[in-house]
Amino acid sequence: MDSALLVDRLHFAFTVTFHYLFPQLTMGLALLIVILKTLALRTHDEVYNQAARFWARIFGINFVLGVVTGIPMEFQFGTNWSHFSRFAGGVIGQTLAMEGMFAFFLESAFLGLFLYGEKRLSPRAHWWSAVAVFVGSWLSGYFIIATDAWMQYPVGYERAADGSVQLSSFWELVWNPWAWWQYAHNMSGAAITGCFVMASIGAFYLLWGKFVEHGQVFVRTGVIAGCIFSILQLYPTGDGQGLMLVKHQPVTLAAMEALFEGQPGAPLVIIGQPDVNARKIDNPLIVPKVLSFLTYRRWSARVEGLDGFPKDLWPQNIPLLYYSYHIMVGLGTIFIAIMVVALFLLWRGKLFDSRWMLWILVLSLPFPYIANTAGWMTAELGRQPWLVYGLMRTADGYSKTVSAGNGMFTLLGFMGMYMVLGILFLFLVRREIELGPVATRNTGH
Amino acid sequence: METLWFIVVAVMLTAYVVLDGFDLGAGAIYLVVGRTHEERRKILRSIGPVWDGNEVWLLAAGGTLYFAFPQLYASSFSGFYLPLMMVLWLLMLRAIGIEFRTHVENPVWQGFYDVIFSVASILLAIFFGAALGNVIRGVPLGPEGYFFEPLWTNWRVGPHPGILDWYTVMTGVIALVTLTTHGALYVVTKTEGDLNLRARKAVLLTAPIQVLLTLLAIPVTYVVKPDVMDNYRAHPAGILIPLVVFASLGMLMWSNAKAKETAAFLASCAYIAAMLVGAAFALYPVVLPASTNPSYSLTIYNSAAGHHGLVVGLIWWCMGAVLALAYFVFVFRMFRGKVRLEDGGY
Repeated sequence: MDSALLVDRLHFAFTVTFHYLFPQLTMGLALLIVILKTLALRTHDEVYNQAARFWARIFGINFVLGVVTGIPMEFQFGTNWSHFSRFAGGVIGQTLAMEGMFAFFLESAFLGLFLYGEKRLSPRAHWWSAVAVFVGSWLSGYFIIATDAWMQYPVGYERAADGSVQLSSFWELVWNPWAWWQYAHNMSGAAITGCFVMASIGAFYLLWGKFVEHGQVFVRTGVIAGCIFSILQLYPTGDGQGLMLVKHQPVTLAAMEALFEGQPGAPLVIIGQPDVNARKIDNPLIVPKVLSFLTYRRWSARVEGLDGFPKDLWPQNIPLLYYSYHIMVGLGTIFIAIMVVALFLLWRGKLFDSRWMLWILVLSLPFPYIANTAGWMTAELGRQPWLVYGLMRTADGYSKTVSAGNGMFTLLGFMGMYMVLGILFLFLVRREIELGPVATRNTGH
Repeated sequence: METLWFIVVAVMLTAYVVLDGFDLGAGAIYLVVGRTHEERRKILRSIGPVWDGNEVWLLAAGGTLYFAFPQLYASSFSGFYLPLMMVLWLLMLRAIGIEFRTHVENPVWQGFYDVIFSVASILLAIFFGAALGNVIRGVPLGPEGYFFEPLWTNWRVGPHPGILDWYTVMTGVIALVTLTTHGALYVVTKTEGDLNLRARKAVLLTAPIQVLLTLLAIPVTYVVKPDVMDNYRAHPAGILIPLVVFASLGMLMWSNAKAKETAAFLASCAYIAAMLVGAAFALYPVVLPASTNPSYSLTIYNSAAGHHGLVVGLIWWCMGAVLALAYFVFVFRMFRGKVRLEDGGY
């Protein structure tokens, strides 16, 4: 592999993975904060307002990190992937520019009002500013997903004389069926992160015995919403996304499942280590016929394996793709189990005294981040060897004028910078958690 | 259609420089004008609710550039690789300087972020000026429409220049002085007392330098790139632009001396807008001149996206722009008037 290509791929993968740790919480919390603000408006209970303010402070820190790590993403299409930008800019420039015009302006304008304007605004107006931030962040998500969906399943384009692709149908681009499933699945995933973080901090307060009233609000909100979204994540959104793969990227599906040979009544592999050279799975734990059912809704249906496709269409990194997919699905299943049990205990009125369950909620905090990251790795590794599926290979899209040495220089720079940002983030958030939801200080603002 | 999008991108970039320019400038004078903890908080408070929105103009302009002129976006972003990445790092440092400073009430912590914020603001102003200098001077484009510029070569203006040569360093300094004036005038409009007075005094110092540099820049640019005058010769009405430049400079100095705060700030806005419009007018229809061979230059015609995309884009762009303007009017009205510390925030 050309080393500049490798550096450019690592560059994007590193910066986008770090970046997405923040927007997933931004989008998830934006929704939960609107719920808390709505409850506050309805019940006139000050606890909900304090809860909303507490999460707004976390949101503010998180949002800054999301913005500063997001700007490099838009730049990198041009800096490190200029041949791709020249090729596809006529189409995906549309969705990326729309994100700026419709989502960023909305978010940035109302974020200041939402974070610092509570005293200047009426409660209802402040509620509206929270809604505007929520709409802005979720719109932003849609435009990014529509961009990625076009790279997974290009629609609404035509080839121009110079070989580039140009927009031929705006509505096909915006209503890409792939985008809708991916969006639903992704946003539900972001909501899960928000719910687990909220429930986790709430459970921490309950175990600590401090801010108990607020802790109960956090746990209740996080568990009820978390249960809904954990289930939505599997069905229908995960299922729908999978069916898109069956139709449009069957080779990706085979690689995710490490199904080397096509067969009727294909089994589902739960655990096992794929050996690509020997085309088999070591130490497999399998459930017979389930893959056929999930794919075609028939137990004996034939599922195409990797052997049904020429090798130059296989994703290059099958083991990593296989693990990403299995980690995502495995964690998603565990999330459903945790949330259903927690909801049952909540319903029976026992959750706040079940210390073992509160401990599980506290410790579950990092896992939605891992699952969301693994999900994105599945999507992007699964798209390989294509940059735009079927139209442009990844090896043709990077910036040929930028040497590997220059790329490495900025990659290392970003690593150093992001390490500092990550430490700062943890430091500031830990501080907010310790200070708690009841404002005992002038918050420094 | 291509011309229309050229105007749109130019307007968005101008909006960015005028808007984010004042908070960059406020950062540049921050350490000098803001002496006490309260004064620094006032400066931050004056830009706090708006700086992020101002910066979105850069992102939105970048997105619009990507969509309307993909070839220009691809070759300029990869060609200006290193300085762009450094701009990104500075934007990050500056953002956390503004936003994270207030989270911990500790003079050491805050002193650290004060310096980060101010130095990043100063460097960004210089970088943006140098970037504009590069676009005017031209870059070593190859026949494929790509180039790569190191940070510096021999500091001379030639067919294979670096990002920094004596000309682009000069434009960087002009940008710094201009934005310092601009930011100081903004701080003047938002504050009272000593801080207000000190910011006004800063302008008394920077504005004359700005006049001298502007007078210097015009002939120097003509020497570096003689064809900048072509459009002015073809369309003599263009001569209005330099007139606006000097009228607004005069207005700026006069209103600052008379303590007409809003008028002085608006004059500075007009000066910046006129300078940028003058540059865009001189370049058109070229968007990235080649220093190697003029036929390699990128123009609005050989770098634009397909016709259908440009037509469709116009519809949603207008809708988005109306919404964005509405938000800006709303937010600037909400936070209008002089800054008071007791209102909360920063």
